[in-house]
Amino acid sequence: MSIVGKNASSAKFRRNRWLLTGLLSLYFIYTFMPLFYVITAATKSNQDLFSTFGLWFAEDFSLWENLATLFTIQDGIFLKWMANTAYYSSVSAVGAALFSTLAGYAFAKYRFFGKKLMFALVLGAVMIPQTALVIPMFLMLSSMGLTNTSLAVILPSLVFPPGVFLMWAYIDDAISNELIEAGRMDGAGEVHIFSSIAFRMLMPGFATVLILAFVASWNNYFLPLVMLNKPDMFPITVGLAQLYSTAISGTGGVLLFTVVMTGALVSIVPVIAAFLIMQRFWQGGLGAGGVKA
Amino acid sequence: MTERQLKTRPRNRVIVNKKIAPYLFLAPFALLFVAFLIVPLIYAADISLYKKAMVGGVKFVGADNYIKAFADPKFWEGIGVLFKFAFLQIPIMIGTALLFALILDSGVLWAKAFFRISFFIPYAVPAVIATLIWSYLYGPAYGPIGQTARLLGFEAPDFVSQEWILGSIVNIAQWQFMGYNMIIYFAALQAIPGDLEEASVVDGASAFTFATRIKLPMIVPTIIVTVVFSIIGSLQLFTEPFLIQNMARSVINSNFTPNIYAYNLTFVAQQPNYAAAISFLLGGVIAVVSYVFMLATNQRIDR
Repeated sequence: MSIVGKNASSAKFRRNRWLLTGLLSLYFIYTFMPLFYVITAATKSNQDLFSTFGLWFAEDFSLWENLATLFTIQDGIFLKWMANTAYYSSVSAVGAALFSTLAGYAFAKYRFFGKKLMFALVLGAVMIPQTALVIPMFLMLSSMGLTNTSLAVILPSLVFPPGVFLMWAYIDDAISNELIEAGRMDGAGEVHIFSSIAFRMLMPGFATVLILAFVASWNNYFLPLVMLNKPDMFPITVGLAQLYSTAISGTGGVLLFTVVMTGALVSIVPVIAAFLIMQRFWQGGLGAGGVKA
Repeated sequence: MTERQLKTRPRNRVIVNKKIAPYLFLAPFALLFVAFLIVPLIYAADISLYKKAMVGGVKFVGADNYIKAFADPKFWEGIGVLFKFAFLQIPIMIGTALLFALILDSGVLWAKAFFRISFFIPYAVPAVIATLIWSYLYGPAYGPIGQTARLLGFEAPDFVSQEWILGSIVNIAQWQFMGYNMIIYFAALQAIPGDLEEASVVDGASAFTFATRIKLPMIVPTIIVTVVFSIIGSLQLFTEPFLIQNMARSVINSNFTPNIYAYNLTFVAQQPNYAAAISFLLGGVIAVVSYVFMLATNQRIDR
């Protein structure tokens, strides 16, 4: 609905449209420039990376060579990093979304002893800086011999307080108490009501939390950096960062510079594609949390 | 379908009743919450009261680590960097996000959906990769920014120098998170009922007045929430400076931010007890700042 169109003279409206579209186009160039750079850099040889203009392609197209180097370097460790990332992020995301949903359902649809206190704790936990906990968690897990395992990365990521908050907000609106009462009248148990009636209705909220938890885990650098020191257990973030420090310190040679950018390209393309495909979920879901808050 | 399922199931199975159910639903989250949030907190608090002794083992030193941290310029320098960073980054990011959300919401634009989606895309790029890309872009000799400046006949500044480093990190955060906040504001603006709009059109309020005087105040609660999240996020600054350190050793030292300091204390200096105290204090600073911000804004709204 456009108020400007109804209200102002159409000349003024047209001028505003040009001006504002222009302004956002400038910001689009800024947003797009780094992504475009990754594409051009990944198609260049190391020499060309330094000698040709950064925001355009070089004459030689070296993408295939770069990809070949990327996937064969250190016995194909990049593929391992991709697999690790997929494993850590998907298990963390599914677990976090499921546990957040269960907890959110309990908070939204039941009255029970200790509810207020527990909900306050969860809200308070949203405020706790995760990174302030990483080093204590490392010290604790290392005294138990659990560092350098996938559990050390996955288990802490299963606790996702913002997910509980979002699901509470979503379920409160999306599932009526009458529906649950009707289920009870029919003699269904509480678990059955949840799994066969409620769960289907809260799928959109579940999908949003799933995406958010996935991004949080796939983004994570500090936690795996601290918990893992075996290169073949790294996720992409830690691996690429290490490849970059090797490149820049010169020990791996200049050779690695384009490989790092090729790795960056390979790892962001599938996620950006997934975001574009699932935009219906995050656009609706992100807003829901914000509005309720 | 549900009803049929109910009828065909045997009646004598265990039915969880209303009293126990919420605890059952909460159990997995609560268990992990305690194990990976409460316990590490207590553990950190506990070990921060000890110190490695000269000969074997650790000894209880009470608040010594905290007293040391309070007098440690390295810790406070890091806090100073965080505050400068937050004061620069948050207003710019929130400001542009609000502006763009209001523009998108006003309906004047061409290609609304295109802008909305493309601005959000960098959120899908992990901080590590965003920082790597930007460090290439910042490169003095080979970076396209420097190249373009030279083409135009002037010299671009050294983006990772003492003077520019904070701005360069602010830029990375702006690139990554502006769109995320914009989407949240946009959704909040869209949720404002349309009849309000009709009313003010009749009143002849101009689009700009309508956006700033009527719509903006209505999403203040949303803005506050996002600012709190931004405060928490920016005061945990680690990844960006930690990686840029590779190309700017002299500018980013081992205590550039408290998180980098705690990391180095743990893994380089082998002082985990002191690192725990630093982590704990940082958590305290973040909690106090977010709380003060919420208190301050709450009062404003009430007035």
